[in-house]
Amino acid sequence: MTQEQSIGIVVPQTAHFSTPLPLKSGGALAEYDLVYETYGTLNAARSNAVLVCHALSGSHHVAGIDADSGAVGWWDNLVGPGKPLDTGRFFVIGVNNLGGCYGSSGPNSTNPATGKPWGADFPFVTVEDWVDAQARLADQLGIERFAAVVGGSLGGMQALSWTLQYPERVAHALVIASAPKLTAQNIAFNEVARQAILKDPEFHGGHYYEHGVVPARGLALARMIGHITYLSDDAMGQKFGRTLRHDKPVFSYDVEFEIESYLRYQGDKFAGFFDANTYLLTTKALDYYDPAFDYDGDLVAALGRAKADYLVVSFSTDWRFAPSRSREIVYALMHSDRRVSYAEIDCPAGHDSFLLDDPQYHAVLRAYIDNIEV
Amino acid sequence: MSFQRYDYDVISNWIEPGERVLDLGCGDGSLLRHLSEHRQVRGYGVENDPERLLACARNGVNVIQIDMEQGLAGFDDGFFDHVIMSLSLQAMRNTQGILKEMLRVGHEAVVSFPNFAYWRHRQAILNGHMPVSKNLPYQWYDTPNVRFFTIADFETLCEQEDIAIHERLAFDEDKVIVEEPNFLASVALYRLGRNGSAGG
Repeated sequence: MTQEQSIGIVVPQTAHFSTPLPLKSGGALAEYDLVYETYGTLNAARSNAVLVCHALSGSHHVAGIDADSGAVGWWDNLVGPGKPLDTGRFFVIGVNNLGGCYGSSGPNSTNPATGKPWGADFPFVTVEDWVDAQARLADQLGIERFAAVVGGSLGGMQALSWTLQYPERVAHALVIASAPKLTAQNIAFNEVARQAILKDPEFHGGHYYEHGVVPARGLALARMIGHITYLSDDAMGQKFGRTLRHDKPVFSYDVEFEIESYLRYQGDKFAGFFDANTYLLTTKALDYYDPAFDYDGDLVAALGRAKADYLVVSFSTDWRFAPSRSREIVYALMHSDRRVSYAEIDCPAGHDSFLLDDPQYHAVLRAYIDNIEV
Repeated sequence: MSFQRYDYDVISNWIEPGERVLDLGCGDGSLLRHLSEHRQVRGYGVENDPERLLACARNGVNVIQIDMEQGLAGFDDGFFDHVIMSLSLQAMRNTQGILKEMLRVGHEAVVSFPNFAYWRHRQAILNGHMPVSKNLPYQWYDTPNVRFFTIADFETLCEQEDIAIHERLAFDEDKVIVEEPNFLASVALYRLGRNGSAGG
């Protein structure tokens, strides 16, 4: 086995598209940009491309070290030379989705029709729209068929959707810590997060850019709620417990418990770089995703057109995207006569487990990916 | 593949080409691999042990990680042609439950198990020790087996549970045993069906 290495310095690229993209919400995006990164080399047969789809707060910067900021990619432990998704073998693509805030067309980019930021006028985008846009990027890069499409959480929904929208263009889908659709409870968490943003006085109906402000308090609160649901009760207990900053109660609303400190820090940090409109759009994309909707809720029927092979992975302590939700996908795939394997990883870290490098998790990914033919 | 067990050939002969097969407690997936190579089955394994699951993934077979003791609730009635449990029934607590589940999701069940009444095992007990053999390779204190039963016991259970025995083959190592299997056979393999169904 090659020793695991970093990809090293990476530089994002921008692809411009001037053919209108029809959207599920009606209408179309007349033109748009997608920011992406690639790692490894596309082989002569163009058969070794792997698309990595990001989740709620992810970006195109999947792996390596960003040339400008020095930031390490969000899935760097998975992608690189000798790593489970080995860039010595595969040509890996990360793309910032439409509506994002990392350079792809989104609410904080300029609306070509007005010359001003899109703000709240940026159209609703769905998982299906993202996949359509990614397919156009694949066209531009000369990739007819992906060896694999990989994603966790919302990224897993994109991987699944790829196999339904473009069955001929995906050999394998790796659907990790995901669900075939959100539960009412899951939508409820998203709604509280959205209300926090929408009710921030500095939201200005989504046109806060023009006022030179950002709804930072609302966005921070939204992130705090999210963070609670990404961790398990045990993980939070072990990390923070009931530890008090002053070693005893001081009867104040300032930070006393360490968990308060952590959540406020995470919330404020996030509000410092993420766009509130993107957060709103993306949580709605999560809520709307339901491939069985047009099939009277029959997921087996919805998966009938798929042709890919699948690996589905869940984590024992993930309650936001619980193992039972992954099993729904697995059973539906099996009953659609798709090849599918399923691993339920015993990992204490909750939903965030999918970003960590639990040994069994990465060993399963490596074993599956090693068997992908290019 | 590292090695083949003689019971693979027996099971293989009971499977028609292209069948849907479910292998419960599929280990490293080598039986499924054998069946997909020799019978082109559409096969799925069930395994709850992380190491064995990993071996299946390396072996390139479909494997689903669930705890069979909880039943097979996610599997549709009659979806599989054959549901196999090879040398694992003795390690299951919910014996009756899993047999019922196997015959719910499969048209036929294939079950193999070590016969605890095999003469060498009886001899070990007579000598005052729990049997340790090729088919029972564990010491009493580290065995994964939780149910200790014989060919005679199993057939009594089948009668009691209204399970039809479509075929039985008994072996001492790779030798077929016809006479006195409960005494002379170390392993038994069964093709089982729901009573009242024609079977195959």
